[in-house]
Formats: sequence, C-alpha cells, structure tokens
Amino acid sequence: MAKTIEEINEKIKKGNVVVFTAEEIINVVKEKGLKKAAEEVDVVTTGTFGPMCSSSAYLNIGHSSPRIKLGGGKVYLNDVPAYTGFAAVDILIGATAMPDDDPRNRTHPGEFNYGGGHVIEELVSGKDIRLEATAYGTDCYPRKKLATWINIQDINEAVLFNMRNSYQNYNVATNLSGKTIYTYMGILRPNLGNATYSSAGQLSPLLNDPFYKTIGIGTKIFLGGGVGYVAWQGTQHNPSALRTDNGVPKRGAGTLAVIGDLKQMSPKWLVGTSFVGYGTTLTVGIGVPIPILSEEILGYTTVTDDQIYAAIVDYSDAYPNMKPSIVGEVNYAQLKTGKITIQGKKVPTSSFSSYSRALEIAGTLKEWIKSGKFELTHPVASLPGIESGVTFKPLKERRIENNGTKHE
Amino acid sequence: MISKKIVLRFPRRLVDRPLVYHLIKDYNLEFNILKAQVTAGEEGLMVLELKGKQDDYDKGIKYLSEAGVIIDSLSQNVSRNEQRCTHCGACLTVCPTSAFELDLTTRKTKFIDQKCIVCGVCIKGCPPRAMELHF
Repeated sequence: MAKTIEEINEKIKKGNVVVFTAEEIINVVKEKGLKKAAEEVDVVTTGTFGPMCSSSAYLNIGHSSPRIKLGGGKVYLNDVPAYTGFAAVDILIGATAMPDDDPRNRTHPGEFNYGGGHVIEELVSGKDIRLEATAYGTDCYPRKKLATWINIQDINEAVLFNMRNSYQNYNVATNLSGKTIYTYMGILRPNLGNATYSSAGQLSPLLNDPFYKTIGIGTKIFLGGGVGYVAWQGTQHNPSALRTDNGVPKRGAGTLAVIGDLKQMSPKWLVGTSFVGYGTTLTVGIGVPIPILSEEILGYTTVTDDQIYAAIVDYSDAYPNMKPSIVGEVNYAQLKTGKITIQGKKVPTSSFSSYSRALEIAGTLKEWIKSGKFELTHPVASLPGIESGVTFKPLKERRIENNGTKHE
Repeated sequence: MISKKIVLRFPRRLVDRPLVYHLIKDYNLEFNILKAQVTAGEEGLMVLELKGKQDDYDKGIKYLSEAGVIIDSLSQNVSRNEQRCTHCGACLTVCPTSAFELDLTTRKTKFIDQKCIVCGVCIKGCPPRAMELHF
C-alpha cells in the first residue's frame, strides 16, 4: 500500500516511524523482500561528505555608524576577498576564494593553505573573523574604510548557499602521463600510479533516488550539521547522463543547490579543505531523507556499490583538454577494495569523499527522524528529469574582434 | 643489532662539522638518510635511520649529543590531528611507504607511525590538513 508524506510525518510525531540508512536497507530488503519491506519501512536516510567547490556563505553584517556601502567596494575576511555586488552590507564568501597575496601556483605545486572554505569553517566555529573593507563613500553612506572583528553570533544573517553540491556520481581520476600532476582529485602519480574517486556510492543521496522521484525543490535535508533545504537543481545538473539498465547514472549526472542557516551548523560538517597545486574548497556534509512512498522508490534505495559504475578519466590530457575519451569503467565495490585494474595494471585507489563520515550523517539523520525532531517535507517542484531534455553543455567560444564587434 | 629512526637538529655552529662521518668510522653504525636539510651557516635538520649494535648506538648518540646536536625520536614528529582528520582516505595513495591503511570494516584510515619516514608528502596531500609535522 502506498504511503504519503503526511502519513510518515504522523508516525514521526507518534514516535513509531521506521527508518533505515541506505546501507542498512540493502539487507532489510534482502531478508523481507521488497513488498513487505515497502509496507514496513517509512524512510531511508542517505549521506555524503566530500569536497564541494561551489559552496558559499552570504552574510549581512549590520550597519556601522556612520554607515558604509560595501556594495561595489572591497571586502576581505581574514584577507580572503568576499563578493560585494549587493546592497550596502550583504557580502558573500566563496569556498575557493583566496587571499590576494597567496602565491598560488607561482612555485608549483602551491600549498593553498587558507581560503574561503577555511573562512566559512572558522565562522561556523564561532571564531572572530577580521573584516577589512574599503568603499567609495556616498552622501548616505559616507564612510570609506572599515576594519572590525565580526562574529557569527553578532551578525544578522549567515546563510550557507551552495549552487552545486552532492553530485550524482563522479569521475574516477587517474594519470596516464609520465609526471605527477596536482588536481582537484588530488595528487595523481605518473603512469597510472593511483586512481582517486569522490562519491559515497551506495549511501549517496541522488544515487538512491536516480530519477528524482522524491528529492525536489523544498526537500528538507541535513546540511553541514544543521537543517537545510534543496533550493534548486544544482548547476551542471545533467539528468541525460549515461545510465545503466537499472537507471543508475554512470557519469556525473544530477546535482543539488542547497541552502540553510549557517548559525545552526557545525565545523565538524563544514571543513576548510586544501588541494595542493589546485586551490581551496569546503568539504560539506549532506544527508537527504527518502520517503518510502512505493515499492519502486524503495527498490532504488537498495542500490549497492557493485551496481554503480563510474568513468575512469585521464586528468593529464582528456580532462584538461575536454576530450570525451575515457580509460575505462569501474564500480564502487571495486574502488573500495583499494585496488583496481586499469589497462592490465594494478592501481591503488583512494577517495576524497569520507564513507565513514557519510555513514555518520545517514545515522544522525535517522536518529533525528526517529526522535521526532525532523519531519519530512513535500517538494514544491521536481528537479528536471530525463524527460526535460536538460543537458550539460560545453562553452561555445565566440571570438571578440578588436573593434568589439561580434564575429559570426 | 638495533635500528632506530631519529631526527637530528644541528645548531648553526655545527653545520660544517663531519659528525655523521664519525658515526660510521668510530662507532660502526650504518645509516640511511631519510631527509636532510643542511645549509652552511644556518641550522641543519637530518632524519636518519641508524643501525648497529646497542652499545655502539648508545655511544654514537652520546657523541652527537655531547657535540651539541639535539636528538629526537622520529615517531613523534609526524602526527595526525584526530580532530581534523575526516577519514576520506586521500593519504592512502600518496604515502610512499604505505604508512596509511584503510580499515575495510569501519572505512576509517589508520596511520601507522612506525612506517612513517617523515617525507612530508601527506602533509600537503591531506585535504583537511590533518597531518602535522612537529619538531
């Protein structure tokens, strides 16, 4: 019998809701069968904890006396530039921003020890952040300089807003060249020296709902240790990606844009992160509950690592040069053994997504739901599915002529 | 026979003296340089694996410390900040001596400091920067 989200929320209120993590549900369904399990189980919780570069926080710092118009001016938080193209005291700090005087890759590979992701982690930790700003001054906002400590407790709003998180599957990176390369998939040693991946596999939110039947705009989620919502489909959302016969994407496919109150989050689940030779980012913890509204929806949550395939991509040539070729395909069960075979060679594997932390997120969300502190929401609109025809397009470059005219 | 990994710190005045040479010649100690950073006129740092008879080893160490070299045992020098480690596992394939192991049951990463040679690759290779070098 099909359930509704209202019925599940009634059970959450009464304290008799049945919840399993996306790892536990695999054996539950094996033992009980899909039909019986679908009647008994109300919610399956998922989790993922990995570096997610399109993450940011926006802040309203309150008005100084006299007033200053940061909009159109320059603002630095612990020397990291924040974006100011808004009204007077709204600013946004992005995870990959870095101090102007950071040497970057001038001596390759650069260290990238501190950037926007670290500012967000320190903000959420409750540490004071040094804000230094310059502005041009107006009649109504006369001040031109501001230097002050700010603290998340004192400012008006602090909101985590990530325009692309929680990728539904991702590349496995390797290096076919003869020299070490430094990438956002880590240090890749020469001649197939290693292979790296970044997905929670069978625990990952969108891999447990491959056709976005329950996860949509407005879905309430675990975000950075607090509560957040799916705001929109993420950028580069690509439901048309190659899929297996059971519908599981074999390439990077769907993505989520998420939002939530940074003040309620925790530095355990928002970790400033550095990739040597590449840059800074933020490792984000996300958990999404999947209401078991039908046997079909439950069936999707029983996906196992050996059914989820990913493309192995050469990051020395194919990736940087936008070549579509792949080195091969591999599933997450193989990746998680620590060794895979590529072109006949045994290659050690490692991950950037923490499976043990993803398990902890799925477990925490399960406890929140069972204890009655987290109810489920109805999505207010669906994410674009396969039928939408939405794809992920490359940039069409058009030359700008010297006189500024368009070249057709 | 014993084998120990040690960190030697040479004050500026000792950098141009052939101290390690005497370890071989006078104390019959075998050594393997794991890391060396010596600039004439400045401080020097050397990570050594020293092998030999216990008696010779003790005398060699006594000789170095009397000469003014500061000696630490190596295992104290790279450590993992457990608060920062997220157990992603990125370190597993960057360490040249396999000092990190994945526990297949808990999916957590173990740091086996006996295998560590303090090369420092994991320090920059760790995304949350949980690996720390201590002197």
